[in-house]
Amino acid sequence: MNTGKVTIDGQVVEINGAKNILELARRVGIEIPTFCYHSELSVYGACRLCMVEVEKMGLVASCSTAPVDGMVIHTNTARVRRLRRMIIELLLANHDRECPTCSKSTTCKLQKLAKQFGVTKVRFGKRDKQLPIDESAPSIIKDPNKCILCGDCVRVCKEVQGIGVWDFAFRGSETQVSTAFNKKLSDVACVNCGQCVAVCPTGALTVKSEVDKAWEAIHDPEKTVIVQIAPAVRVALGEEFGLDSRDVTGKMVAALKKIGVDKVFDTLFGADMTTIEESMEFMHRLKNGGKLPLFTSCCPAWIKYCEQTHADMLKNLSSCRSPQQMFGSMVKKHYARKIGKKPEDVICISIMPCTAKKFEARRPEFTTGGVPDVDVVLTTVELAQMIKEAGIIFDELKPVGFDNPLGMGSGSALIFGASGGVAESVVRFVAGYTGGEEVGRVDFYPVRGIKGIKEAEIEVEGNTIKIAVVNGLANAERLIQRIKNGEAFYHIVEVMSCPGGCVGGGGQPGVNDTAARVKRIKEIYSLDAVNQVHKAQDNIYVNKILEDWFGGPASSGTHNDLHTKYTPRKRISGKPIDINNAEKGGSVQVSVCVGTGCYLRGSYDIMNKFAELIKQMGLEGHVDLNGTFCLEQCDKGVSIKVDDEIITGVTEENVEQIFKSHVAIKVDLAVNS
Amino acid sequence: MESPQRKFQKLQQIIDKYEGKASQLIPILQEVQEEYRYLPEEVLTYIATAMKLPPATVFGVATFYAQFSLIPKGKYVIRICDGTACHVRGSELINQAVRKELNLQDNQSTTEDLQFTVERVSCLGACGLAPVVTVNDTEVYGQMTPEEILAVVKKLREEG
Ligand code: FES
Ligand code: FES
Repeated sequence: MNTGKVTIDGQVVEINGAKNILELARRVGIEIPTFCYHSELSVYGACRLCMVEVEKMGLVASCSTAPVDGMVIHTNTARVRRLRRMIIELLLANHDRECPTCSKSTTCKLQKLAKQFGVTKVRFGKRDKQLPIDESAPSIIKDPNKCILCGDCVRVCKEVQGIGVWDFAFRGSETQVSTAFNKKLSDVACVNCGQCVAVCPTGALTVKSEVDKAWEAIHDPEKTVIVQIAPAVRVALGEEFGLDSRDVTGKMVAALKKIGVDKVFDTLFGADMTTIEESMEFMHRLKNGGKLPLFTSCCPAWIKYCEQTHADMLKNLSSCRSPQQMFGSMVKKHYARKIGKKPEDVICISIMPCTAKKFEARRPEFTTGGVPDVDVVLTTVELAQMIKEAGIIFDELKPVGFDNPLGMGSGSALIFGASGGVAESVVRFVAGYTGGEEVGRVDFYPVRGIKGIKEAEIEVEGNTIKIAVVNGLANAERLIQRIKNGEAFYHIVEVMSCPGGCVGGGGQPGVNDTAARVKRIKEIYSLDAVNQVHKAQDNIYVNKILEDWFGGPASSGTHNDLHTKYTPRKRISGKPIDINNAEKGGSVQVSVCVGTGCYLRGSYDIMNKFAELIKQMGLEGHVDLNGTFCLEQCDKGVSIKVDDEIITGVTEENVEQIFKSHVAIKVDLAVNS
Repeated sequence: MESPQRKFQKLQQIIDKYEGKASQLIPILQEVQEEYRYLPEEVLTYIATAMKLPPATVFGVATFYAQFSLIPKGKYVIRICDGTACHVRGSELINQAVRKELNLQDNQSTTEDLQFTVERVSCLGACGLAPVVTVNDTEVYGQMTPEEILAVVKKLREEG
């Protein structure tokens, strides 16, 4: 451990393990400005805003300089201040300064620091080149003209999510943060988690707003507008109004009523259904030798990641729809009928801490009679904006309760908002299910908290059930590799993509760092502690609706309406690699998949074998061969496509026979006809 | 010209030769570029897949270094030095003359027919011969003038 003493602005400070001068200064109450430093990410040291003066050393970047015994550090000299101003001014010169119309206005760090350091004019003119804005993705908008190249998004996507959608491309004055080949965000492996938006200090990455869609529905007299609110929203919305979470839930309902929605329901209701369905599914798998571990399926970013990366594990995913989608399905398929409306005349708006939920709501399988189950997804920040836009003084609202019948939720449902919450809810349910009434409250501490990977065990009817809880997809990947290598076994794995769980979602307010997340987690558990309805099965409304609308839990009714299926998904769009020289226009088109899944299964050899067979059988000029990236059958690879037909499970053994029966035969037919 | 299939096999061999190590990405890209004469998007995606790297990372490296090209280069790559010595001795006039002759637009460096690519480079290390022009890195022309470069282009055109 790094020890000794340093002097910071005249104060003597123990180093006490501090990794860099910046952290040490924060400990003694001095905030050094930064753009590219995040304690959760690797140190990059590029923005130079954090410069301080160290005697005998001169100017150093405090984020990447370790304190050394005896150092004398000055953080507020004339030189340091001049430098900070200059850096901010230079960044502003190259930054599209459309602040009033930028959705990050007032939360933008560049704006904040410009004010803080008294930068009142920019002497260097304006950005001369305008790059195109990418609005292709359902959740995230990228405006490269506002990027200051701090690389925070690059590192969060690589290090926390293990995906690496963003990287620096080109160089010098041309440098940009870009997707692969500058493709649209919707064409690459982005899982829409919004963690890049959360760390972006400017308006270069923002959430795609659906506020206007929501207003439109609310103002349409033909439509019945129903709102559902996710658990993590209520512990963060207060931040937008400078309040803690006390009474926020009730005020939030009151605000929505004032805004003019017809019914305010609770996603907690859907979460309780999820707990029940998922627990039953787990018990069924456990008793009948089904696929284990069971992975949770509430997090849409995780689901997309799994579809892209682990097609062989899709059967391990719980078939339960997420609480948002269970709720949406319930509204469109049952509630609408109950109130005598067609699904298209009931608009379901969900308010989520999450940006990936916007993507989830658009999945084609989540529709009823051709209309989406969830029509509009607003983030916590978007809801706050609507409340402000409507001129509602939030603080003065009288708390109001949720509407019935879909407005009641248990404490178990509430804790879905924190990493470990889904696992704990299942534990509570199973304890009650097997132990009966006298079980009482079950608080399961080992799965709580912000730690990236947590493990726990419980006893269920003589079996030891092993549970793992992960947050952050890079952590999920580590755990999956251990499971695949046989180094670890679990019965249940809960995965949430965002650090800390949904409380840290990409749609949460302004400062969305570890400290804010830890605070929100604490608030979630304190709300849970006072909730009279503890376990999912204690929610009488849920039990009643399960019986009345679906014919009971884990029934064919719930199976049809509340469960789903998953499909392999490609990671990147693009054209195939040309393999043979047939001056295109051969009569049969053959594509061999060289996507990750098939590549690992040896598609390279299959490809060569095909090329060889084409030659051997004298079919050159008749068969066009190419390598394509992912036919979305990754679990059954090696996959090939012959004209429009996809054939899976091609191996070294059957390749010749498949070639003859599916490729050569077509050439014959074409030639002879 | 080599068949696409041969190239594809070479591509895999190059990756195998370096055991797909991320640290060897640059030499891999160099060798692959020699095969394909440039780095096509689909080939970079293949490299990323085989090396288990995010495609964005491979793209980042490929666009960082001036030696890599993501668009096909011409049969003849004409490099005009723009180092200090060549610059003061009028290399820009040579550049303009060639570009005009080949009808290259502002951001265009390769002719439509893929015959010529014109690039500016910083200091070829032959300042004594300034201004310097190279063709395909093999032929070096010193003390060039706008007239002479046009003669070189003419000669290359005749060679086809
Ligand atoms: S915060 Fe230290 S260099 Fe950016
Ligand atoms: S990798 Fe997806 S089908 Fe081949």
